[in-house]
Amino acid sequence: MSAPTKPLIPLAGLPRNELGLTVRDYEGAMSTLCAGCGHDSVTAAISQTFFELSTPPHTIAKLSGIGCSSKTPTYFVRGAHGFNSAHGRMATIATGANAANRELTYIGISGDGDSLSIGIGHLSHLIRRNVDMVYVLENNGVYGLTKGQFSASADIGSRSKRGVSNDIAPIDPIMLGLTMGATFLARSFSGDKAQLVPLLKAAIAHKGTALLDVISPCVTFNDHEGSTKSYRFTREHEVKEIATDFVPWQQEISMPHHKDDAREVTLHDGSVVRFRSVPDGYDPHDRQGVEEYIRQRHARGEIATGLLYVNESPQDVHEMNHTPEVALSKLPFSRLCPGAGALARLQDDLR
Amino acid sequence: MTTTLPHQREDPTRAGRVNDFALKLANVNGTGSASANALLMQAIFRMGIPVSGKNLFPSNIQGLPTWYEIRVNHTGFTARALDYDLMVAMNSQTYAQDIAEVAPGGYVLYDSSWPLEPSLAREDVGFLGVPLAKMCLENFATSRERVLMKNVAYAGALVALLDVDLAVIATLLNESYGRNEKLLTSNQTALRLGYDFARENFTCPLEFRVAPLASTSRSILIDGNTASALGCLYAGATVAAWYPITPATALMDNFTALCAKYRREPVDGAVAGSPDSTVNNYLILQAEDEIAAIGMVLGASWNGARSFTSTSGPGISLMSELLGLAYYTEIPAVIFDVQRTGPSTGMPTRTQQADILLCAYASHGDTKHILLFPANPHECFEFAVQSFDVAEHFQTPVFVLSDLDIGMNDWVVPELTWDDDYTWDRGRLLDDTDLSEIAEFFRYTDEDEDFVTPRTVPGSDPKGAYFIRGSGHDKFGKYTEVPDEYQEVVDRLKKKHAAAASALPAPIEVRREGARVGIVTVGSCDLAVREAIENLATLGIAANFLRVRGFPFAQSVRRFVEEHEHCFVVEQNRDAQLRSLIAVETQLDITKMHPVVHYGGFPLSAVQVVDAVTAIVTPPRVTSTKERP
Repeated sequence: MSAPTKPLIPLAGLPRNELGLTVRDYEGAMSTLCAGCGHDSVTAAISQTFFELSTPPHTIAKLSGIGCSSKTPTYFVRGAHGFNSAHGRMATIATGANAANRELTYIGISGDGDSLSIGIGHLSHLIRRNVDMVYVLENNGVYGLTKGQFSASADIGSRSKRGVSNDIAPIDPIMLGLTMGATFLARSFSGDKAQLVPLLKAAIAHKGTALLDVISPCVTFNDHEGSTKSYRFTREHEVKEIATDFVPWQQEISMPHHKDDAREVTLHDGSVVRFRSVPDGYDPHDRQGVEEYIRQRHARGEIATGLLYVNESPQDVHEMNHTPEVALSKLPFSRLCPGAGALARLQDDLR
Repeated sequence: MTTTLPHQREDPTRAGRVNDFALKLANVNGTGSASANALLMQAIFRMGIPVSGKNLFPSNIQGLPTWYEIRVNHTGFTARALDYDLMVAMNSQTYAQDIAEVAPGGYVLYDSSWPLEPSLAREDVGFLGVPLAKMCLENFATSRERVLMKNVAYAGALVALLDVDLAVIATLLNESYGRNEKLLTSNQTALRLGYDFARENFTCPLEFRVAPLASTSRSILIDGNTASALGCLYAGATVAAWYPITPATALMDNFTALCAKYRREPVDGAVAGSPDSTVNNYLILQAEDEIAAIGMVLGASWNGARSFTSTSGPGISLMSELLGLAYYTEIPAVIFDVQRTGPSTGMPTRTQQADILLCAYASHGDTKHILLFPANPHECFEFAVQSFDVAEHFQTPVFVLSDLDIGMNDWVVPELTWDDDYTWDRGRLLDDTDLSEIAEFFRYTDEDEDFVTPRTVPGSDPKGAYFIRGSGHDKFGKYTEVPDEYQEVVDRLKKKHAAAASALPAPIEVRREGARVGIVTVGSCDLAVREAIENLATLGIAANFLRVRGFPFAQSVRRFVEEHEHCFVVEQNRDAQLRSLIAVETQLDITKMHPVVHYGGFPLSAVQVVDAVTAIVTPPRVTSTKERP
């Protein structure tokens, strides 16, 4: 069965971005996920984000592993190249792709099975290398395609559809990221496009690995009473104390500073993230403080969302390796091959 | 004073043997013997004489036994010899074994600072005692020097015993230690101690010795890992990903060093010497494991860079999943497998050719890969360059199957050459201009005569955008579960693989008049098999030679096997993997090929091939198989 193609109905009056494209130009094939799947909302937010940023579709490279979430790159930005790779291995493919061509915008879509079990090693090292990409972890606590096994993000005491309680400690990707030296960590909820779109924009503007943990309920296997990754549980326990605005670099900053503790973080491309509200004493640059905050909220059974940690100063993998501004893949052969003369001279040392 | 010791007798069969002998040096790992042994080997090479040095070392940093073998042979047969004319016994743990290995009439050079156990004595072997520890204790101040310089002192004794050119040795020491005067002086002193002692106490030179030749004047001394790295540099590889593993580590170490030298470009206007004054036209990623290494290679190749990884057997096992992805989605990749002894961890510092079947069919499902089999460092360089062209032309992974013997030992090979008119073959890679000239792009349509379809890279015109997937896909690149649509794609992949046969290095064939015996071999077996064929000829058995250099196999491989009444397949693994691959892939009757397998972990020797052949083919006259050609 082929993925159904979404009919391109010309809708007069759809707003156009700077490139003259409508949001429909940033969509892809019709989703084959279950009706009401959180992932489809994330897909829509991604389309909206790239549309609003006026990103040329062909400058985007979208990657994924295997799983429900990993199917979604075909559902957005059809004009971009996509790579649906192997289970847990997306981070490695993205690292190599970024190494070859640093000029593109990389967005990887993964799930909690893909990222926190089979691919946790690769995710950890992607973060350590600070590969410049957006890594969206669509987190539903469950293996959907294999019908409902717990994933590594399932909370202790969370119940499966069959009524089994999870006894194994969960892995929180944000805590993992803090430990691995992540430079951008955010959490959001698939049902909250208003929060998700600005976070995605900031993640794209960030230089380095931007990890977005998006609670994205599985309507089929993990949306029941007793689940801690259901729509209802997430809505009831989400704490949105950290609110940010994203100001693209083109726009003059005209918003008034309305709180003394408002902070601004200038991102790599000149865009600004403004923290509209944060809890007292919260510093998104303070790794230990952020860790403590998340722990406290978690102890209360709460899910803290928003842009939790950001640090724009560390080098990304290209800066660490002093590569040129131009993509390595674009270097002509003449600049890569030292030639016959050099080979002859080099062999003087081998005699 | 020069005296002839009673055991230093004239052996009529060995008298006056010039440039034809074998030495073995038995050392303790981590005591600094490697540089002294290499010095000796390099000096013989500089004298223009074909020579090999094989390091038979343990998987250990310090303390375990290690051996170094030097084979000198004027006709170029420098495969491993098993009858040693001279043993340098520096390891008391292995005295008994080492002394037992010396050929009758040969010699043992040992440290006579301490007496040898009487039980070690052999009537048919000459013992050359040199008080190495004693002379180093008397002449060097620090304990470290006293240990290290024993090696240089025995090298000095060997220089005298073998008639190695002292001027060459002096030049080599200057080249190595010229910038460290103290070390240079120590080495010169130690060398002289051993040299003088030998001259004063033994008849120098021995009846086997070296004499200058001119046969290696156009040759270089290089190991396969360095040569492969050079090939990657010259092929224009920009992204490399790897995980450290013996015996492949030096390949990436060398690539790193070569890139630092040849791939750094100055930045216009930058302050010289500042960290930003140069840019690196390469990126080498030390991955978290081999799975990640091949994933990075695929990501980079998908994105249009030439990319490779280097590993050994355990790494190939880990990479297998993604190798299937690369095969099915048609992404170029180059994988160097410097084979070591398996299975499992096996013997990491010992050689084997036991990954042939693994690499040929790596990954689940129907997969088939392209393999190249270099036999020496010269071919490592050439095949490394070629592997990228083949990988990009056929849009598939290409394996270069080297081994520890080729990769980590220094070989005398013809100098490397480069044609400045060469440019890389990127295969059917569409750019924006190409895309503007076609109405529609689909990834797996429009196949050419090699069953290759055009590809695009991310960042190109949106018309060329497609979604690459390891899941079932039709020729348009779309997801499918329809049998015919699925089969259409995998059937083309099979034909594409077969089409690659003619693009790979052709087998090397050497024919003899009236030969009824054929010997097929691969990779580093090359020299031992060629020598065996010479030795068989002296026994009255004429044998033809074929060395495969690529898979899928050329037509001539099948023809060669069919042509011979007796066909042998010589390889370094237990299960006769090359023989199986030939049988499976050419539909030949496997019983038409006699397996000759050698798989203990040390390089092959000619005598092992001769013994295997003569066990089946009776020589026309009775004579010893150990006879020299």
